[in-house]
Amino acid sequence: MISRRDFVIAAMAAGMLASGARGAFAQAARSGKMTQDDILRFDPVGTLTILHTTDLHAQLAPIYFREPSVNIGVGEVRGLPPHLVDEAFLAYYKLAAGGPEAYSLTSLDFDALAGTYGRMGGVDRIATLVKAIRAARGDGNVLLLDGGDGLQGSWSSLQTKGEDMVRVFGALGTDAMVGHWEFTYGAARVQEIVEKAPFAFLAQNIRSVEWQEPVFEARKMFERGGAKVAVIGQAFPRTPISNPRWMIPDWEFGLREEDLQKQVDEARAAGASVVVLLSHNGFDVDRKLASRVKGIDVILTGHTHDALPAPVMVGLTLLIATGSHGKFISRLDLDVKDGKVAGFRYGLLPVFSDAIAPDPDMAALVKEVRAPYAADLGRVVGQAGSLLYRRGNFNGTFDDMICQAMLAERDAEIALSPGFRWGGTLLPGDPITFEAISNATAITYPACYRNMMTGQQLKDVLEDVADNIFTPDPYFQGGGDMVRVGGVGYAIDIGQPMGKRISELTYLKTGQPLDPAKTYAVAGWASVNQGVDGPPIWELLERYVAATKTIDITPTGSVKVSGT
Amino acid sequence: MQLRSWTPSRRETMGLGLTAMLAAALAPHLVMATEEATAAELKKLYGDKPMAQGKIKLDLPEIAENGLVVPLNIDVESPMTEQDYVRAVHVFADGNPLPQVVTYKFTPQSGKAAASVRMRLAQTQNVVAVAEMSNGALFTAKAQVKVTIGGCGG
Repeated sequence: MISRRDFVIAAMAAGMLASGARGAFAQAARSGKMTQDDILRFDPVGTLTILHTTDLHAQLAPIYFREPSVNIGVGEVRGLPPHLVDEAFLAYYKLAAGGPEAYSLTSLDFDALAGTYGRMGGVDRIATLVKAIRAARGDGNVLLLDGGDGLQGSWSSLQTKGEDMVRVFGALGTDAMVGHWEFTYGAARVQEIVEKAPFAFLAQNIRSVEWQEPVFEARKMFERGGAKVAVIGQAFPRTPISNPRWMIPDWEFGLREEDLQKQVDEARAAGASVVVLLSHNGFDVDRKLASRVKGIDVILTGHTHDALPAPVMVGLTLLIATGSHGKFISRLDLDVKDGKVAGFRYGLLPVFSDAIAPDPDMAALVKEVRAPYAADLGRVVGQAGSLLYRRGNFNGTFDDMICQAMLAERDAEIALSPGFRWGGTLLPGDPITFEAISNATAITYPACYRNMMTGQQLKDVLEDVADNIFTPDPYFQGGGDMVRVGGVGYAIDIGQPMGKRISELTYLKTGQPLDPAKTYAVAGWASVNQGVDGPPIWELLERYVAATKTIDITPTGSVKVSGT
Repeated sequence: MQLRSWTPSRRETMGLGLTAMLAAALAPHLVMATEEATAAELKKLYGDKPMAQGKIKLDLPEIAENGLVVPLNIDVESPMTEQDYVRAVHVFADGNPLPQVVTYKFTPQSGKAAASVRMRLAQTQNVVAVAEMSNGALFTAKAQVKVTIGGCGG
């Protein structure tokens, strides 16, 4: 039997040599440009290839997506991937600044490098890569798995309740999928999709509230590359907390570690040589889970949108992080010997849209599903005067724009915008189209409310959300990034306990401290409550952008972070 | 600033949204029990008798999906024979207005000392269980449940 040490050495030798960073990227650095062949170049091992896509957020076409410049790790994961950004990220993975790695994996020089390397993603480019790998490896040797958040995040997916993306994933030949934002289409629609989709929809961690019975298939056995591969699905365990529970009132989620262990053991008993957890837990949760649930070979992580050029190993479990929005796909070759994983080679394949020829069949499908909405999607509303991006633990400039729009359009003193991780980036000079607006706002609970809140209530909200992100135990974390604020500034000490992180709340208009007893008019959107009234956020944002014409956002610096 | 095209309805100004969530989830006006209140209840039952860790399996969500109905499964390890069985299990929530949640009484005929219940939790707090064995020994277990206003799901 192979020892852990042998395995790690073999794995590292194989894995690091051909990891995406040293394969396609290195090639590009040498030749000065990257070609489709560079991206696909891979020295195969074994007979089984697992391909992973995740968190596409229904992005059919290539987009810009700036990785976070702030991604704070707390507790045991402080300073560990994926909580490294920019220079620290490049140093950790020994990558050069100014090249395709820095462009696709960090926020450094984003505007300039975006001009050089162009948009990333596009399902027609992904289809080209998948087809090429299937052709090279043999169709029966490749498993294509999607980590969820694929059916939501664009105007056409919202209008068709995910139907456009169901067709796309079907055409890609996706074998299995898990869910999170999918559930915001409501229980009935999810079940309709599951019944007719050409892929398996797996979730071991969802039960009916009344009878505690499984709602979905928990796992599926695939035979690929001569090996039996068990894929267990893990839906986002906090869906009913982070998103409206009233849309899925009869389902309970949760981590369900013990049930997962049973699934792993049953899969082994049924002859699985490889056990894969297709997960939407988020990276830190999966890292902890890998140390507690025994016998998982590979965790394909999702939800937190991290793109890592090499796997993270916890014991003998490989954690793969494929990024978001179709910027990357992961290729994992496994060498299966005597019913066990004996070695691997991994590549994070960058989907540089200018380097990859679109697959004609998929390009035609994309055109077809977008056609009914072409006029809306293409409508130019205004222009980006500065870089507009969302991702990061605190306010991004795209959300600053949304907050400004709410303050103006709802006559509010304070604005709150949800800490979603998804949504594209616009470069200075880019047109702001309705598509760009909807790429950051297309949800099924878009009402922009206007409420009265006291200063104390606002502080309580910020404390509660901060604790969901920065509490040290990942099992007690939930949701996305910090709620974005407009009209107020605050200081946050990450290392403090719940109730003590937020201070110096300032009403920016006057520069005075926020009065805990005074009542303020607060506008916000994406409330998880039922029956919230207000115009959809995209309508309000479009009106604001049209009136403002050119959106120039100087990062406000109104959130002061300490304790990292 | 002028409202350009939207007038808040009465329903909105009634305070749906975050304000309502806060009221429900954080229950700021109630006086909450404390760990001391739970300890006082236990003292009434068992005096200063020592309690050991172990035997009790508390199955609770780390984060409540709905603070109004938090599922608890409890299972106490015991042969449940005439000689050795679990006599009672008490459950306390040390952050609710009143800490007592439920008491189960068992006999050897119960077969196993296991039960399920759904309880309301007003805020993030510890749930404490105490099992009394037929020989008088006491065991305890504790788990924290987070109750949050939610939203902002990435």
